[in-house]
Amino acid sequence: MNINVKPKSESRAQPEQKLSVVDCDIHPATKSASELFPFMAKRWQEHAVTYGSHVRQGLSEGLAHPRMTPDVARLDAWPEDGSTPGSDPEFMRKQHLDANGVELGILIPLGRSGSHQRNLDYGAALCSAVNDWQISKFCDFDKRFRASITVTQEDAPTAVAEINKRAKERRFVQVLLPPRSQEPLGRRRYWPIYEAAVANKLPIGLHLGGMGGHPSTGSGMPSYYIEEHTSMVQTMQALIASMVIEGVFEKFPELQIVLIEGGFTWEPALRWRLDKHWKRFKSEVPHLKRAPSEYVIEHFRFTTQPIDEPEDPRDMRHIVDWIGVERLMFSTDYPHWDYDDPRYALNHLGLSEAEKRKIFSGNAKGFYGLQ
Amino acid sequence: MGRHVVAAVGEIAEGERKLVTLEGREIGVFNVKGEFYALLNKCPHSGAELCRGMVIGLAQSDEPGEYRLTRPGEFLRCPWHGWEFDIRTGQSWFDPKRVRTRAYKATIEPGSELMKGPYVAETFPVQVEENYVVVDV
Repeated sequence: MNINVKPKSESRAQPEQKLSVVDCDIHPATKSASELFPFMAKRWQEHAVTYGSHVRQGLSEGLAHPRMTPDVARLDAWPEDGSTPGSDPEFMRKQHLDANGVELGILIPLGRSGSHQRNLDYGAALCSAVNDWQISKFCDFDKRFRASITVTQEDAPTAVAEINKRAKERRFVQVLLPPRSQEPLGRRRYWPIYEAAVANKLPIGLHLGGMGGHPSTGSGMPSYYIEEHTSMVQTMQALIASMVIEGVFEKFPELQIVLIEGGFTWEPALRWRLDKHWKRFKSEVPHLKRAPSEYVIEHFRFTTQPIDEPEDPRDMRHIVDWIGVERLMFSTDYPHWDYDDPRYALNHLGLSEAEKRKIFSGNAKGFYGLQ
Repeated sequence: MGRHVVAAVGEIAEGERKLVTLEGREIGVFNVKGEFYALLNKCPHSGAELCRGMVIGLAQSDEPGEYRLTRPGEFLRCPWHGWEFDIRTGQSWFDPKRVRTRAYKATIEPGSELMKGPYVAETFPVQVEENYVVVDV
């Protein structure tokens, strides 16, 4: 192999990252399935060993497409002992938090998620274990980490109980849901989750991570990873339309959503289309008191990664203005291969220093109520 | 500006690379099929350490359904976002004219020649009977 060069995490001749950063998308990992066992009842530990995961797709622990690199990771994100990228908090602290001036980092656990489990009780046990594990392994290790509450979204009462149980712990800053759900996310089966989030003053974070057995496009599984990665856009568009049109925000006017890793440059066009149709179809959805775009603007934020890189960077500046600097929050996706580096990723947006401070940290602090 | 002796020829096997720091710059020295090339260890996209990426070939196709792997061992793939660069020139594969990383001249010189100077090799033991890789910075 010719890639066996030693990982190096010390700083090197690079532009310095002077701004403080709140990273809204860091992926923690387990070294093995049994790492969660201390947080699971014996009954579910035995279940995990004997029966394992059952999700909607075959290859239950696998992905529908190879992900460009092993474990979807940057090649330099493997700790020296060869364990999974994201599974060594010490290495993550050195390579990411310290090196990039990350003041606060929000954990988005994807692997071993209970959210997609067909066995709802096992799913609940996994979600609960992942929640304890984030606090124990990461938040207790470094005070800069914040956690996300994972829940069984297809079993709303259990999800609500988990949210209520976790909300007291202030290091949980959001409820994390997978955007590809059994039904579009605006459907009423999910409303109790939104109600619990609002009651506990927590936003909902939606992050793509695998498919949970659902095809990534409306017409099924695409052939290539490049299509699958791009399909995050249509998934995010569909869920915005569903939540807005179903009236979720009429019912829960305080509900706040952040879409993570789905991009944002498509958002203005979606708003324009929704408003155009709403003028004609207002009587079909009379529960909507305002134009759809108003709900979108008021209730949806976006993380920046993977930032788009159009031929003419001025195009990006227009789009940022159409969306509003206040609605964008920086994220890296560390340790994944499509990681955005804070020293480079937003340089083409033509941001003022004040705007940079908002996107890199101020907006997220306000949104999540972070100190 | 100087000529730096970076390795004995036998030290970097075919398909391998050595990372060196010359005049404050990190540079990767590659052996591609017996010839040596040197690239700046920094991807022009997001500053990743390019020279720690995988050495690869190019998958090429004339039409859907037909594929071939060409030029194995001649390209370098960035360890972050996977941009591919020609090790010989530093040019990117997707936009060779506009996107490239800095390439430096690397040559093989006999030890007998290096003894004469003006090479920067103070910390490198040079023997007359061996050949060495020299990088111009």
